[in-house]
Amino acid sequence: MRERLGLKTWVFVAIVVLANVLGNFFMSLGVKRHSTLVGGSPMQYLSVMADPRVVFGISLLIVWLLSRMALLSWADLSYVVPVTAIGYVLNALMGRVFLGEQVTGWRWAGTLLIVAGIALVGSTSVRTSVAEARPE
Amino acid sequence: MSWLLVAVIVAATTLGDYLQTVSMKRHGEIRDFRPGALGRLAATLARNWMILTAIALMAVSFFAFITLLSIADLSFAVPATAFSFVTETMVSRWLLNERVNWKRWTGVGLVACGVALLAL
Repeated sequence: MRERLGLKTWVFVAIVVLANVLGNFFMSLGVKRHSTLVGGSPMQYLSVMADPRVVFGISLLIVWLLSRMALLSWADLSYVVPVTAIGYVLNALMGRVFLGEQVTGWRWAGTLLIVAGIALVGSTSVRTSVAEARPE
Repeated sequence: MSWLLVAVIVAATTLGDYLQTVSMKRHGEIRDFRPGALGRLAATLARNWMILTAIALMAVSFFAFITLLSIADLSFAVPATAFSFVTETMVSRWLLNERVNWKRWTGVGLVACGVALLAL
């Protein structure tokens, strides 16, 4: 049971993280092409929503929401929240690779802390709040 | 004003995730991923008031975060709202009765500090 849940959980963690990171990335790409959005008319908002990049980004964010809900149907909230935080690291890396942003020493330190935290939480049981949970 | 927005973001995120977790745990583990089964699941969840409230709270959190970014630096907004990692773990422990051992507490603390550092 634990092994099956482990594989299924990591597959869904990957889907949740990738859908969120890529969804935000494409949303950002699409919205940045429309620089006059703030204080704009409803038609301007609609034109942004019709941008193919924004449509793709929103679709990915719907996948993120649904896959995260599926994950929460069997995994603990106190497991899902820290483990999916790897998305913060991927966002920083995408900023570095695709947008040429600087990654400072503090950011590398933050990345290391996040990875260490995920490794710790990832070594605990996926589910502890129901009868199937076993002592660690 | 900034701290009020931080409080709104943290509270909405925490309550939204709590409601999502409660309703999904009541539904039970999803095992059937065929399109028809997923469609029926989506129809069921779309009528669940806890899920709908959770999605509304996510929207509140999102717009509060956008507003916060308009009046405060990202280097303040991200570390301050990373506090929700701690509140969500507290909710997991005391309202959802999850077993949060020292590894999880330490891991959540490291992740929250790491997210705060990423904003620098």
